[in-house]
Amino acid sequence: MEEEAVKYVWEGAVPLQIHLHESEVTTSPPPPPSFVLAPRVGYLPLLVPLIKPHFHGMLPPGVDTVWFDYNGLPLKWNIPTGVLFDLLCVEPERPWNLTVHFRGYPGEILIPCESEDSVKWSFINSLKEAVYIINGNSKTVMNMSQADHLELWRSIVKGNMESYLHVSSKLKLRTVGEDLKARGTSSSQPRQSGEADVGVPSRTGRIPVRLYIRNIGEVHDGLEDARAIVSWDEISYINRPVEFHKEEGKPFTLQSAIKTLLPEFFNGEPILNDQQLTDSETDPKCEDCSGKTEGEEETSDRKNGEPSCLAVKESIQLIRIQGIEPDWDVPFSWVVNNLMHPEHYLHVCAFIGVSPNEGERRL
Amino acid sequence: MVWDGTLTPDEFEAAARTLCERWSSLTVSDLPLWTFINTSSSPSKAEFYLSLEDVYRFKNSDGVANNMKGEGTCSADEVDDDKYATALAVTCNQEAHVYDFHIVYSFSYRVPVLYFRGRRIDGQPLELEDIEKDLPQYALRTLRESKWTFITWEDHPYLHRPWYMLHPCGTSEWMKLLYNGEASAVKDAVIQQYLACWLSVVGQAIGLRIPLELHNKFL
Repeated sequence: MEEEAVKYVWEGAVPLQIHLHESEVTTSPPPPPSFVLAPRVGYLPLLVPLIKPHFHGMLPPGVDTVWFDYNGLPLKWNIPTGVLFDLLCVEPERPWNLTVHFRGYPGEILIPCESEDSVKWSFINSLKEAVYIINGNSKTVMNMSQADHLELWRSIVKGNMESYLHVSSKLKLRTVGEDLKARGTSSSQPRQSGEADVGVPSRTGRIPVRLYIRNIGEVHDGLEDARAIVSWDEISYINRPVEFHKEEGKPFTLQSAIKTLLPEFFNGEPILNDQQLTDSETDPKCEDCSGKTEGEEETSDRKNGEPSCLAVKESIQLIRIQGIEPDWDVPFSWVVNNLMHPEHYLHVCAFIGVSPNEGERRL
Repeated sequence: MVWDGTLTPDEFEAAARTLCERWSSLTVSDLPLWTFINTSSSPSKAEFYLSLEDVYRFKNSDGVANNMKGEGTCSADEVDDDKYATALAVTCNQEAHVYDFHIVYSFSYRVPVLYFRGRRIDGQPLELEDIEKDLPQYALRTLRESKWTFITWEDHPYLHRPWYMLHPCGTSEWMKLLYNGEASAVKDAVIQQYLACWLSVVGQAIGLRIPLELHNKFL
């Protein structure tokens, strides 16, 4: 069961349709787009060897420094491709239309990517940070041999789960197995039998989580009308471990985890559980709640544009992890053990917005 | 229980306040002041980082870099007259590099992390090769030996732009060593001194000279 979910994660891929940016087109007609299947757990620069031949000989003179954009937003290559897709394509678009650039690297926005080595070390350094969080030190990563580092990295490049599991076992990280027994009642969630026995003796009880928060403004019928992101300033990014808080008899769920990261959305009343989420989705359509006030909070200015203006009753509309929208009462341990990325971080996309009824209340 | 060299977010804030106070009370310093930059990466949760911007660095004839703030009111802190003259001469040649330093709390490592970037007087950003020229010899050696684990480009956690980062994974270890365990009894004292001690180490690594007086204050 468990392994199956992990396998799904490793096999997950986003179909890309990649266009050459018009400023770099030197041929008429322009080169046709390139189609690539991008592994979710991979990184965009790793696709370059697949894409480059397609545009070979059609580029303006100069040195290649490859980067991608989506609707004009330069894509951060250090974020796994699947996370970029989940975060930027609220309503999943397949194939995902990206633009490739071979010139004019936007160095003030994107970290320089000199070679595959840049990507590899970005990965290793993230892994090191995750292992520090989990074990309280990074020794198992530091003490890895060069050969193991390389094998680990090759497994990411090639999408080879077996090879990855083999090397990463040397990191001596236990799976998270907290409070699984406490859960017993509801629903169709996968069970975690067996795992509970592992216990958490050597763990710090901290889970590496990267949370991306995107404000999608007023939510009408579905989320597809969320406006495109033009700047990374519109996305808040929280790189913070989640600590398991044991509460007697209560399972530590995905909701509990989100609550520790974004307590402001859980002020007192249980604003958010997936009951309510479902409710708002099935609610009768809101007759355009004259979303004028919306514009003000939408400014791309970080200080205003962020979900910080809580006066307008914003709530978490959607949580997306590895392309799926898990139930909020799934045990967090299940989420972590199955949906984390190979660098042992759980990447969570949270969409904040004002749903119609809340909007009405406000007006 | 032996202190592990880390700080909680609240302790970091206390340490940061102490650093700012001490720094601003220095009588002999040609450096700008550390300031609190409030930010909120998540709604309603107040967070901050410390910022020291516009630190000018001039090359001396002997290759040792000096810091001073931009207004040109540089008192000759530990620099003898000759060197001082050289520094000024170089300024005229527009060779100065201007650095910004940010101290950000890492929730992962539970220690402060130094982010920095450099530019020329004309605003042109410095590449790592340019910055290398400002680094002390031993730091340069470390950089060559561990290209990817000492100083690398990272996304600034609050500004979402590429900044250089000094890797923090060993910080708690050497902070513990600096205090040699003895401080475990008086946590308050540790917190008061933490950032000054930390700065004296990371500052050395990247050639930011910390006024001696900062240390005298609590000795």
